[in-house]
Amino acid sequence: MIKKIIAYTSLPIIFIWLLITSFNASKWKPDSANELLSDWSWLNNWPKWLDIPLMKWINDGFKVFNEEYGIYFEIVNNFLLGAILSIKKFLVMLPWPLVIALVVVIVFFSSGRKLGTTVFVGICTFFIGFLHPKFWDKAIETTSIMLIGILICVILGIPLGITMSRSKKVRNAILPVLDLMQTIPSFCYLIPGIMLFGLGAVPAIIATVIYAIPPLVRLTDLGIRLVDIEVIEAAEAFGASRSQKLLKIQLPLALPNIMQGINQCTMMALAMVVIASMIGTRGLGDEVLLGLQQLNVGKATEAGLAIVLLAIVLDRITQAYGQKIQDRNKPPTK
Amino acid sequence: MSKIEIKNIYKIFGNHPEQILPMVRDGATKEEVRDETDHTVGLDNVSLSIKEGEIFVCMGLSGSGKSTLIRHINRLIDPTSGEVTVDGVDVLKLDHKELLEFRKHSMSMVFQRFGLFPHKTIIENVAFGLEVQKVPADERKETARMQIEAVGLQGFEDQYPAQLSGGMQQRVGLARALATNPQILLMDEAFSALDPLIRSDMQNQLIELQSKLKKTIVFITHDLDESLKLGDHIGILNGGRLVQIGRPEDIIMNPADDYVKAFVKDVNRSKVLRAKTVMTKVEQFDAKNINPSNIYSIEENVVIEDIIPKVLKERSTINVVDKQGNTMGYITANELSDALTKH
Repeated sequence: MIKKIIAYTSLPIIFIWLLITSFNASKWKPDSANELLSDWSWLNNWPKWLDIPLMKWINDGFKVFNEEYGIYFEIVNNFLLGAILSIKKFLVMLPWPLVIALVVVIVFFSSGRKLGTTVFVGICTFFIGFLHPKFWDKAIETTSIMLIGILICVILGIPLGITMSRSKKVRNAILPVLDLMQTIPSFCYLIPGIMLFGLGAVPAIIATVIYAIPPLVRLTDLGIRLVDIEVIEAAEAFGASRSQKLLKIQLPLALPNIMQGINQCTMMALAMVVIASMIGTRGLGDEVLLGLQQLNVGKATEAGLAIVLLAIVLDRITQAYGQKIQDRNKPPTK
Repeated sequence: MSKIEIKNIYKIFGNHPEQILPMVRDGATKEEVRDETDHTVGLDNVSLSIKEGEIFVCMGLSGSGKSTLIRHINRLIDPTSGEVTVDGVDVLKLDHKELLEFRKHSMSMVFQRFGLFPHKTIIENVAFGLEVQKVPADERKETARMQIEAVGLQGFEDQYPAQLSGGMQQRVGLARALATNPQILLMDEAFSALDPLIRSDMQNQLIELQSKLKKTIVFITHDLDESLKLGDHIGILNGGRLVQIGRPEDIIMNPADDYVKAFVKDVNRSKVLRAKTVMTKVEQFDAKNINPSNIYSIEENVVIEDIIPKVLKERSTINVVDKQGNTMGYITANELSDALTKH
């Protein structure tokens, strides 16, 4: 009751305060109220004095933020850059046949020893380099940026999803933020990213995380909440503590959904890496961009195909693992 | 001494149960509360006590609050008001840690849809209670293997629940519940999801297990035949209220209200009623009705189904005796006819 009263009184007050500040900040305000009453044209076109100075606030805030905390971003920047470079260096150093062999081995075991999938993925991997020799290193660069991005998504996203599944309040607070992250155009955070981290791979990673984390968080939350209530009750009836319940029952049973989330996360990360080429991230995306700029349809298509192949490889690896767990939990088909 | 004691439990579901409680205390019914306040009455002043070593069956239609009631015993649900005592311990006063310990050691539960963990093998499922108790892996596997054998599922240890039939899955549920060696078993419609033959099988298996183990069992069902077969005592719930508690015979011979009457209407009485309930006591029996040449003695706990041919075909007088062989009373065609037609 009291909460409602506070909400219903404070919201209009905030709104009125916004009106007054925006009016005061406006350069084109009318001289007097009489002017408004004698000339009603302001009802026709949106008046210039009815304008929240949000742009100015954000710019000022961002500037202060950048000056005060820039040093921390520097540290994060250096750390992430180091991580990417070492992964990339390691993968580039490996002879390409060995990398293909590694991918094949990973797919073989994650798919539950399905030969067809394994061969298919192996061929896809081969074709990335086969399309253009230059693509091999570029694909590795793209992959290393993505790997770091996905790793951050997993580290942040899964605990966040778990917290959401446990508390309705947290979920109600986080869902709109996820909606915002999914709808806001990516350039809106790419640009501040550049200002904080400089051009290159790091803002691309940050953008990747913002863009790709929502499905993982949602699916983790959903997966945990979808676990059969009777199964949870059974665990509780045996005196399982919250952490035992989470680790022994909820997470394993939510794993197919979580893997689906990681799969979605991977696909979206790949899409973002291409967009991020516009802020100077190197990789396969930058070949597409180059092709477009030179009106070289063949080049753009070739690079686009390489991205599709990379997507297939990553999709198969993550998908196959989730499928394997799901098969076990399903009743056998007769 | 009673093992489980439930006193004046009220449970109201909704946003502000405390505000509704006085209204329910004053006698408002489930329907009135639902229509006026948007709250659901789960349990309405339920009190009962369950003796050590007995099977107490709690019966009612769906929505009568029986599943809610059983969840109060291990506090999966907290009551709006009331007291639950198990072994003299006030369950509602336990803090979180004590509650977990209490659930680990005092009781376990069997569920209607089995509640097995689909990602664990049968043996891992059965060992789960011990795993939670942090019993070493070898030891818990050993215990689990024994329980799996006890319910006749040897050979299925490494399968997953989805690979088993319903009846087998519920036997896993039973084995899992018994693996922690609890004194109390809570069985929430444990056999309701099984088909009739398997259900009857499981009931027999439970009776057999119980004769060896002597657990205190709280059994929930919506099936009167099942409750008559299993229960030492039966409590009947309607709309969250406990309308009658008694032995199976009491329920059949003296139904407390129309609701219970409707329940017992179609029961096969001859399978439930025992000789001692039906007989006329020696003092009240007119001795000239005895046919001295044709007397047949039976023990007092025999169900009357077994003596019908003796009475009706051979015109015997049944002499009901207790364990020491003393005559308690007599049954003739008159008594049988009264017992089987009474409404």
